[in-house]
Amino acid sequence: MSNTQNKSNLNGDVHIHKNTDSNSIDKKEDDRPEFETNLANTLLHNFGEKIKIDFIKKNRIKVNVQKENIVEIAKFISLNMKFDHAEAVTGIDYPEQNEIEVVYHLGSYEDNLSNQILALSTSAIREDDPTPGSDRTKLPSLRNVFYSVEFHERECFEMLGVYFENHPDNRRLLLPEDWADIPPLRKDFKIKGR
Amino acid sequence: MLKDLVMPQNANVFVSKLGDILVKAIDQPLGYAINWGRIWSLWPVHIETACCSVEFGAASGPRYDVERFGIIEAFGSLRQCDLVVVQGTITRKMAPRLRLVYDQMPDPKYVIAMGACAITGGLYFDSYNVLPGIDGVLPVDVYVPGCPPRPETLIQGCMLLQEKIKCMKAR
Amino acid sequence: MSELPPGIKLEKEDDKIMTLNVGPQHPGSGHMRIIVKIDGDYIVSCDPDPGYVHRGEEKMAEYRNYITNIPHLERPVIHDSCNILYPYCLGVEEILGLEVPERAKYIRVIASELNRCVYTLYWLAIYGIFLGHSTMFMWPTGDRELLIDLLEKLSGARVTHAYFIPGGVRNDMPANFEDVCIRQINYFEKRIKQYDSIFYSNPILKSRTIKTGVLAQQDAISLGATGSVLRASGVDFDVRKKEPYDVYDNLDFQSNTLKSGDSYARSKIPWLDMLESCRIIRNALEKIPKSGSVRVKLKPNPKAGNVETYKRVESGRGSLGMYIISNGKPEPYRVKISVGSFRNLICLPYLLKGEKLGNMPAVYWSLNYWPVEADR
Repeated sequence: MSNTQNKSNLNGDVHIHKNTDSNSIDKKEDDRPEFETNLANTLLHNFGEKIKIDFIKKNRIKVNVQKENIVEIAKFISLNMKFDHAEAVTGIDYPEQNEIEVVYHLGSYEDNLSNQILALSTSAIREDDPTPGSDRTKLPSLRNVFYSVEFHERECFEMLGVYFENHPDNRRLLLPEDWADIPPLRKDFKIKGR
Repeated sequence: MLKDLVMPQNANVFVSKLGDILVKAIDQPLGYAINWGRIWSLWPVHIETACCSVEFGAASGPRYDVERFGIIEAFGSLRQCDLVVVQGTITRKMAPRLRLVYDQMPDPKYVIAMGACAITGGLYFDSYNVLPGIDGVLPVDVYVPGCPPRPETLIQGCMLLQEKIKCMKAR
Repeated sequence: MSELPPGIKLEKEDDKIMTLNVGPQHPGSGHMRIIVKIDGDYIVSCDPDPGYVHRGEEKMAEYRNYITNIPHLERPVIHDSCNILYPYCLGVEEILGLEVPERAKYIRVIASELNRCVYTLYWLAIYGIFLGHSTMFMWPTGDRELLIDLLEKLSGARVTHAYFIPGGVRNDMPANFEDVCIRQINYFEKRIKQYDSIFYSNPILKSRTIKTGVLAQQDAISLGATGSVLRASGVDFDVRKKEPYDVYDNLDFQSNTLKSGDSYARSKIPWLDMLESCRIIRNALEKIPKSGSVRVKLKPNPKAGNVETYKRVESGRGSLGMYIISNGKPEPYRVKISVGSFRNLICLPYLLKGEKLGNMPAVYWSLNYWPVEADR
């Protein structure tokens, strides 16, 4: 795995946003793996303030973006950074912060990237009294960017009540058809006996 | 007495008495024959409900080979079956379907609850989507405990069911 | 007309198109329902309806601590229980900062490869029965018992081993396990090589599966397929090779790839993997340290800080990831299980479109799909 090859791969065509070069990570810590830092820098160079790097570990990067920018950034990740599929879409409920975080674990089948997982996270507003589909808990769907998230997003919708806009098929997947309770993976849904 | 009965106006009473005598005479051997037929044709419906189906499959394999007893041949349409082996957890989504399958089967029909989940909910006692046992859905004849039960246990459960059918009154 | 049960609705459609519910009570469906629309004998569209075994594992995991989570997390695939616990243990070890002893790592590899074979043989048996090949049900179920015996010696249970724990394995290998293991594996390898002549060279099987449900390489990538489905389409991706965990980087094996991407190739890849597993087990038994501890001591109710981890391994059905978030309590804040079955499910509507109805079982089961795991 050579890094020069990676760079040519990643900086293929960067034309979306080039305004904030000053925001890149200059203070490189020693224990930060080089390849992953380069990947994160590619994102930072192009999107600047729009993304926040949560952590960079060996083979794992997590970036946090606003939900308005997620489609644009996902398109960049898919086209220019060659992350081609989603491994998992996880919804996490944070009642204290009043938000529901949705994490896309993106992987790649390219040879040099196949050990990398890029976690792209965003958050939606959480409603205390949810009515899935018709409240403010909405996110733009990434289904047009990553085809593989289709069933994952459907699962996330029924489990957390996050409605994905522009998703072609926002039906229920795993839960029974007559499920009338709040989405079960919310923290205020208590299971019996606990 | 007998002379009264053979009067034409008492014919219905006579026939019913005769019927009683006949039933008394041949009910036991006939019932035995019917039950004997039933215990060797315990064919289960092909419905898998959860992970116990792995051990159910292993029971039909060469080592345990439950078909040597002539039972548990997991093929055929549900119209030709007379046994439901509930192989594990019943979720809220599966329960109406299980009942639907049971209702479509012809009488007589028997139910074996296989695995801890089918008996009490087992490991999933506090899950939001799992029924605490199938007693509320189906009338269970034999409980086979284990998580999952070994194939031997399943075979033993089937033999217990055979014993039970032997003692039943054939209808 | 009596009331219809939930989920089943009658619809007025064009006379030519018929809606067919396959499952959940159907010899060719498993634990799920596949709603297919057919025009004559050809499938127009297909809508998989999983969730019949959705047991809420992820919710239950939030109420149990890191150790008591083990038994219920292995239940989604009881015949591949070592591999589904593997990423969980790797993740918990990372967030708790545990160092696994060297011997335990090798034992884990051996157990996980044995378990992969156990899973694949069961899968192959059902594949045989779906295609009406009864011998292929009997042979793998019989050979499977050999490996189950080995795992029973190792862990004490037939299928639900609960053998992996954070920080190692539950107990050491019994005495003379290595000799028995080598002997069984040699016999087993000889045995599964015969599958080639009875199953994979069978002209009837070939005519039913070759060029059935072809998944092109580009589609396999964009659909996010994994495991044998992906490798049958010509993408060389094996987590054991690409992101080696435990001691897989010391072991000598290769990942198998086929080009054609049809049902036949998808059924052949797991078989080639089993042969590779035999090699791995033999290799690991050579390299394993002869003595040493197999587990680190754990505090009761161990707590982790505010960390998260995503670990993945190669299971029998492809990449299996566990995303664990901890918030400083003894219980995890969130556990997400990303399973190969659920990821491969999306290929089903894609592959069945335009296929004949009779080919449905051949395509469906070749996706290396275990419904219980997909529903979690």
